[in-house]
Amino acid sequence: MNELTSFWSGWIIVISLGSIFGSFILLSVVRKGQRFNSETEQTMGHEFDGIEEYDNPLPRWWYWMFVLTVIFALAYLALYPGLGNYKGLLGWTQESSYEREVAKAEAEFGPMFAQFSQTPIEELAQNDQAMRIGQRLFANNCAQCHGSAATGSYGFPNLTDDDWLYGGNAAAISHTILNGRMAAMPAWGPMLGEEGVHNVSQYVLSLSSKETDVKAVQKGQQLYATNCLACHGAEGKGNHLFGAPNLTDNIWLYGGSPQQVMQTIRNGRNGQMPAWEGILGKDKAHVVAGYVYSLSNQ
Amino acid sequence: MRHEVIEKNMGLMIILIVVAISFGALVEIIPLFFMKQTTQPVENLKPLTALELEGRDIYQREGCLSCHSQMIRPFRAETERYGPYSVAGESVYDHPFLWGSKRTGPDLARVGQRYSDEWQRAHLYNPRDVVPESNMPGFPWLFENKIDGNDTADKMSALRMVGVPYTDEQIASAKTEVRGKREIDALVAYLQQLGTVIER
Repeated sequence: MNELTSFWSGWIIVISLGSIFGSFILLSVVRKGQRFNSETEQTMGHEFDGIEEYDNPLPRWWYWMFVLTVIFALAYLALYPGLGNYKGLLGWTQESSYEREVAKAEAEFGPMFAQFSQTPIEELAQNDQAMRIGQRLFANNCAQCHGSAATGSYGFPNLTDDDWLYGGNAAAISHTILNGRMAAMPAWGPMLGEEGVHNVSQYVLSLSSKETDVKAVQKGQQLYATNCLACHGAEGKGNHLFGAPNLTDNIWLYGGSPQQVMQTIRNGRNGQMPAWEGILGKDKAHVVAGYVYSLSNQ
Repeated sequence: MRHEVIEKNMGLMIILIVVAISFGALVEIIPLFFMKQTTQPVENLKPLTALELEGRDIYQREGCLSCHSQMIRPFRAETERYGPYSVAGESVYDHPFLWGSKRTGPDLARVGQRYSDEWQRAHLYNPRDVVPESNMPGFPWLFENKIDGNDTADKMSALRMVGVPYTDEQIASAKTEVRGKREIDALVAYLQQLGTVIER
């Protein structure tokens, strides 16, 4: 697949070597045709606006440097793959060079990651070296959404508090990182109507002791019981199975103002955590899980 | 003095200069047009959908490639951060290539499926909403501009002329697929497929 046809291979060889030898021959011929072999006061014989040109040979250092570049080029083409399909005496390839680099790193870090992967996440969170690595992995892969301090932002959960959508034990964190999560809060606007959305939002806000309109709360409670209870629970404590947030703790992923809560109820929310197993691999994901676990279990 | 012949003869000099400087291209560029490694698509490579294609044009219009490359080089430091290195066969349907040569922001060759659509939208609206230390500009107008799709089919036909295997059905349905969609949705669709054809 990487092979050129022999025509194109020959084409490259002929032009490459031809231009190297050609320029060397040109230089030699010009040097031979020189009128003088050392510096003189003789000029070329022409003059433009009082400016004349000496007729001196090329400086010796310049000439020898050119010869050196020719030698370098030929040596390089002999050692490395440059001439068509010719592989070079060193057998160097871009792929093998990369693979060597990776193998070297694997030999250096592999045993360490293997050891980490045998360590339970709770224990790993106490391991300083693992946590330094975990912090770097987090900064590179997770901080874009969750923030460099893991405190999250609007729509992206804070990982440093005790509030978990899908559970904060080691197994749940690990599962979340490896497989990702897909939240599925449907849009209730069409179902409940604008008044219903308002009433439910008032009830939801009352769960975290926000100031609310008592009448609306009563109506909202009934609507909550028929529509929201299945996921968020009778007491609004949420359910890790569906990633349904706890509505009573005054921690809001999409804002806790009446307008924001209404917006969430009206349009639904579908927060998505991508799956990282394919990107990080199991071992690194395990270390990241340890780091995330350590953030709220110090 | 024989070099006077060249120096005093502009036409000849131009021709000889062109010959001299084309040696590099003759050796380093032309043979690649005839090499399977650079002309054959990698397995499962599909042409961009109409929406992704519009997203790609928005990517070019907004100058994303002035700051983001799409070329992961075969060094461990790069593959650790971005994923497997880029191979030529991934770009055979790209006209022009968007490899870029400057990284002010990160490489995007494998950004597809790395973050959620919602993150991409929040980040493109105002990057500092999700990454406080970012110096990337926001692109809020993408959320208002709609795609009319009048040129989409023509673009696909033009790409087909240079070897991208679009089918007649794809070209026929292009306009209805993209018409009325927001520019942000096209751009996110484009970003989310970047680099996903290669198994990690």
